[in-house]
Amino acid sequence: MEVTLKIFRYNPEKDKKPSYKTYKLEAVETDRVLDLLEKVKGYQDGTLSFRRSCAHGICGSDAMRINGMNRLACKTLVRDVGTRITVEPLLGLRVIKDLIVDMKPFFENYKKVMPWFINNDPPPEKERLQSPEARLRFDDTTKCILCACCTTSCPSFWGSDEYLGPAAFVNAHRFIFDDRDQAAGERLKIVNEVMGVSRCHTVFNCTLACPREIQITKAIGELKMALVTGRLD
Amino acid sequence: MNIHQYEVIVVGAGGAGLMAGLYASKSAKTAIISKLYPTRSHTGTAQGGIGAALGNVEEDHPEWHTFDTVKGSDYLGDQDAIEFMCTEAVPAIYELEHMGLPFDRTPEGKIAQRPFGGHTNNVTGKPVPRACHAADRTGHMILQTLYQQCLKNNVTFFDEFQVVDLIMVDGKAAGVVAIELATGEFHVFHAKAVIFATGGHGRIWEITSNAYAFTGDGPAITLRRGLPLEDMEFFQFHPTGIYKLGILITEGVRGEGGVLINGLGERFMEKYAPKVKDLASRDVISRAIYMEIREGRGVNGQNYVYLDVRPETVNKYAALDGRTRPDGSPYTVTGEQILAKLPDIVDFCRVYLGVDPVTQPMPIQPTAHYAMGGIPTNKYGEALADEKNTVVPGLYAAGECACVSVHGANRLGTNSLLDLVVFGKYAGLRAAEYAKGADFPPLPDDPAGFARAQFERIRSASGTENAFDIATTMKKVMFDDMGIFRSGQGMENALQVVRELKERFKHVRPTDTGSIFNMELMNIWELGNLLDLAEVTTVSALARTESRGGHAREDYPDRDDKNWLKHTLAFQDEQGRIELKYKPVVITRFEPKVRTY
Repeated sequence: MEVTLKIFRYNPEKDKKPSYKTYKLEAVETDRVLDLLEKVKGYQDGTLSFRRSCAHGICGSDAMRINGMNRLACKTLVRDVGTRITVEPLLGLRVIKDLIVDMKPFFENYKKVMPWFINNDPPPEKERLQSPEARLRFDDTTKCILCACCTTSCPSFWGSDEYLGPAAFVNAHRFIFDDRDQAAGERLKIVNEVMGVSRCHTVFNCTLACPREIQITKAIGELKMALVTGRLD
Repeated sequence: MNIHQYEVIVVGAGGAGLMAGLYASKSAKTAIISKLYPTRSHTGTAQGGIGAALGNVEEDHPEWHTFDTVKGSDYLGDQDAIEFMCTEAVPAIYELEHMGLPFDRTPEGKIAQRPFGGHTNNVTGKPVPRACHAADRTGHMILQTLYQQCLKNNVTFFDEFQVVDLIMVDGKAAGVVAIELATGEFHVFHAKAVIFATGGHGRIWEITSNAYAFTGDGPAITLRRGLPLEDMEFFQFHPTGIYKLGILITEGVRGEGGVLINGLGERFMEKYAPKVKDLASRDVISRAIYMEIREGRGVNGQNYVYLDVRPETVNKYAALDGRTRPDGSPYTVTGEQILAKLPDIVDFCRVYLGVDPVTQPMPIQPTAHYAMGGIPTNKYGEALADEKNTVVPGLYAAGECACVSVHGANRLGTNSLLDLVVFGKYAGLRAAEYAKGADFPPLPDDPAGFARAQFERIRSASGTENAFDIATTMKKVMFDDMGIFRSGQGMENALQVVRELKERFKHVRPTDTGSIFNMELMNIWELGNLLDLAEVTTVSALARTESRGGHAREDYPDRDDKNWLKHTLAFQDEQGRIELKYKPVVITRFEPKVRTY
């Protein structure tokens, strides 16, 4: 089948403003959008620039807007989106070139929630014990690959990139609900600040956008509940 | 020119690089340079588990792990290094847990373990649960945890900087040259010690589980600097890649009871590995699949077989095998348990195949997966310059780009994650220790000159050839003639084609003339690395007239310990000619035996 790709293009060294270019190419319905981008780059326009690495939805490099939805290009097949495909960079982050955006504000927000394990007791000789139930409590939020699909789908983040955003909350949740960790209180304080969870208006864009199918809005709800009740159950 | 100075520079931010950086930064001024954001590294795609004889589910011992790894390596692994890794495995796993890694748990709250190919109880010969796992995203959790720990400890990162050269002064490492992707500018990182942790080079092959980023940058750079590459003819084909796409389906599927089924509906591994069947070593299973397909027993006459983890199939064969749980009750699974233990596998199959593995079998074929060969090192990560094991002062390597050698001719599943944690740590410690006792070597007059010349050559080429065509041709010939089975004739053909492609490559020029994120230029440079490594792989393989582990020759079907119980070292001279030398295998406790499963 023939596929028409309409791609957002912007080269800061040449272009005054962005434009869209259209490419036609042969594809099969199981082709990934990433495969199509590679073919365009290989045979039609070598200047097309985008990030990619693992090509199967784990590394989080190739998050972009595909037909208006935040998706990973490697996890979106032609049969999912049809033969007329519009590809654009993520919203809310500065476009550097074509589909490449500046990820720095995203990672800065991630770092603000102290996304690392904190337990100041001397560790036992072997592993710290944890029940399977306690492990399951934060299982969903350990899946995050930091692709930014969620955060850049959030209207509150479009309003201000100082807003911590869903990905930071997901990673705060991962530690706050881990019963081996000792810094839940500090993290809850951080997510309770002015650019924190109070700006989440449960639009659910994040949950719909997550390529890992993390129940993000639910996780944020659990953070809000913990703030209200002061309890972590 | 941008010049930076750090005592230790780590190149690559996957598991090995992060572990090295974490340890080196404890006592030396350290920076980690990576062409990707660290969390994009390929460690994150490892699925099934990391091996360590914790004995949390069944009796196990590091000695058993050591023997299994030696046997899995087809006796080409260095036994002192293997024993070191398998002994260090136990504290390494506890350390990861103490860093917060969310391993799955046993009912008692200990780290959960599952069986994996080639890992056995050395008394009964039956599979032993040794793979410590976090669902089927163990590599993801290791990568995340190590990155988090680096952030916690304020490790310095240069993200999206592509390292393109190693600076050597009087035979010592003196730093690296990198291109900042966001600006296209060259940067010189002046260092006392350099650790390469750049990963593998599976993008040489058509069907691969490897990331686009896996272009062998570290080994290609050190090769160009006159250093050898060890055992490059040994490349692992993982038995279960998604048909046509090559995306990895973890061995953990078979650890949970999944079986391989041919087009006649037979569980064919019984014929090839009567004792452990579907949990034999990867090289053995990949060859078995290939032979089933060649003899017309692929599914629907196509080039694939089924991996079947439907509960009814698992339960049927578990009963036939007499598999039991630790309490002695029969082993059975439900669909919900499969989904809980293998969520990503279920997701991959649904997305890419439209197949639900809980109710349908998965079409699979072997996929190029792991480089056993690479930059030669000793067990402390110190890079070696020759067949006498002379250490290169200030240069280290760890993870898939290195060859210690703990994997020999065939790596056991779960041992790559173990390799990068253990040897990443020791490379980091050794590099920092070396840096404390060393001065900065003086930089040469034009430290970026050699790298800049390479890029100027690419930018001023004639432009009559297409990089995508060259890559496609290389991948196809390497898959056809340098794959699971090889022959002298096929390899000669592959070598000829690769050499022609190297000539054509000289005429590739990027159409993008810019500086900012010129990914076309970077990808062309990476293709040059792949071509160099494809040639070295083929030359090393042609010379080895035997079959061992991942190197299976139809014209030399037997292992030949008399002549070939030795490591290959490939050197490239300034004219690009490859010379092969050899060094002995370290044998301590286990005399080579016939290898059956």
